[in-house]
Amino acid sequence: MQQSLAGAGQEAVHRALRKRSFKRSGEVLILGLLVLCATFSMVTTGLIIYVLFSESATFFQEVSFADFFLETEWQPLFTPVSFGIWELVAGTVNVVFWALVLALPLGMATAIYLSEYAAPRTRRILKPMLESLAGVPTVVYAYFAVNVITLEVLRPIFGNDLPIFNSLSASVMLAVMVLPTIASISEDAMASVPRDLRDAAYGLGATRLEVATRVVVPAALSGVMASVLLAIARAVGETMIVAIAAGSTPQLTLSPLESIQTMTGYMLQVGLGDAARGTIDYQSLFAVGAMLFLITLSFNVAATVLVNRFREVYE
Amino acid sequence: MAVAPVKLQATGRVARRQAISRGSRYVLLAASLVGVGVLAYLAYDTFDSGASRLTWDFLNNYPSRFAERAGLRSSILGSIWVLAATVVLAFPVAIGTAIWIEEFAPKHWLVSIVKLNLANLAGVPSIIYGILGLAVFVRFYDLGPSILAGALTLAVMIIPMTVIASQEAIRQVPQSLRDGSLALGSTHWQTVRHHVLPQAMPGIMTGIILALSRAAGETAALIMIGAFTFIAWDNTSLFDDFTTVPIQIYNWSVRPSQQGFQVNASAAIIVLMAAVLSLNLLAAVIRERFRRE
Repeated sequence: MQQSLAGAGQEAVHRALRKRSFKRSGEVLILGLLVLCATFSMVTTGLIIYVLFSESATFFQEVSFADFFLETEWQPLFTPVSFGIWELVAGTVNVVFWALVLALPLGMATAIYLSEYAAPRTRRILKPMLESLAGVPTVVYAYFAVNVITLEVLRPIFGNDLPIFNSLSASVMLAVMVLPTIASISEDAMASVPRDLRDAAYGLGATRLEVATRVVVPAALSGVMASVLLAIARAVGETMIVAIAAGSTPQLTLSPLESIQTMTGYMLQVGLGDAARGTIDYQSLFAVGAMLFLITLSFNVAATVLVNRFREVYE
Repeated sequence: MAVAPVKLQATGRVARRQAISRGSRYVLLAASLVGVGVLAYLAYDTFDSGASRLTWDFLNNYPSRFAERAGLRSSILGSIWVLAATVVLAFPVAIGTAIWIEEFAPKHWLVSIVKLNLANLAGVPSIIYGILGLAVFVRFYDLGPSILAGALTLAVMIIPMTVIASQEAIRQVPQSLRDGSLALGSTHWQTVRHHVLPQAMPGIMTGIILALSRAAGETAALIMIGAFTFIAWDNTSLFDDFTTVPIQIYNWSVRPSQQGFQVNASAAIIVLMAAVLSLNLLAAVIRERFRRE
């Protein structure tokens, strides 16, 4: 009896039950409250966009678009004042690039191991441990970037000329921070590759490693790429690690051994200084914030698009 | 008469491929352990340098210019105040949003925009929420760098991820439960209130606890709204200035190393990690107990 109701029939019954018109008084009010809650998130987005772009608009009345995008110096605090955003963008690209160089191979290897090699018990233990890395407050990572990574690891390797605040120490901790994002989401994508594909490859004589790298990874590629895009978005928006460990000298360089400043690092620096409303410092906060928002938004949207495509293939 | 046993041992190229594949297991395992290894070393290093500083005095003292007299009292109290207010503000809105999307929302393009918008909000960097809080709550509503402004900022930040977790929990409730309740004559809201919500509650609680542990470690957003202050008294109202444990850690970590504040930072990290890990553990326990039922 239960079986015969399955599928479309059950759906029709459910819809019919839900559509009955009688209501208790007061339920309209509750529904109204729920809708109000749901509009809240739309209001948040609206406010973020309004605040970022209205304050940026005031900023761009004093600093021209051309200066912002064509100047190559970011020097808001000393004369001659200059607001060329690229030094801050370069700082962000620098730390995120080197973080990915470290996190991508490790994250992929972890995902492949968990999905294709590990016994269910190992996976049950290892995966939550790995995911706990994402729960560590980033100010803690920042502390370690300076006190452990720079002082105990990088200085012995690169010598004492290495600045105490250098982008590589921030990149290392950023890599640890985004490792669970890459490993966990990639592993989910790999685990949902149909068993038949693997069996077919094994039947043709492929080894486990060949099945993993030539069948499973290509089949899960959109999920894997989505995980990397999400990791990039997280790393770009991360503030405490780069603000504490990477330094506060805006520089147009991709060298990992320099002291640099990222977009978020600059924003925190202004935040600490308690910039008064209406000053150019306060407004620059929103101009840089708008830039940061657009960059992280585009990576997040790209990841969502990829994930949706990946769902269409396997459901 | 004896038949020579058939050897299934591969030779040449095939043997090499198999050897590489067998070896890859250990390389991949080693790579998987790097992250966990780093975490273990960091835990060891923190205990090594901070455990000796972890006394009752350290927890009970106000901040100070002198490292050995400085303590966490005002930042622990600030953290508790701001997190409690955050939960009170975020919980109803998050749960209401999730219920509406999963149970009441019509199939309409506007609703899919609301869902997409939530996913994107969950990916907005915390420092952006910080400047939103600065412009809206601190400046426009003139709340100053108060506990209320901090809690509103954190609530706005954690609502999207709480909604997504709650949606997941509501979706797990079997359809037959709803149909049964509706067939007995309950209204739609009675069904949600008395059957769907109680079933989904453990999942929702897990979601809000995890979001709370995110908020407990949040530093950048609160520094942006101006919570980087020296507080040497106990908070008594939502309109007080405040500071939190992660902000105190930041404060101590950026001091010159010879003053001895690094030890304080390590000890405060132990306190913060203990709080965050117990929240995560609590979430895991709730999820496990729910699964067994």
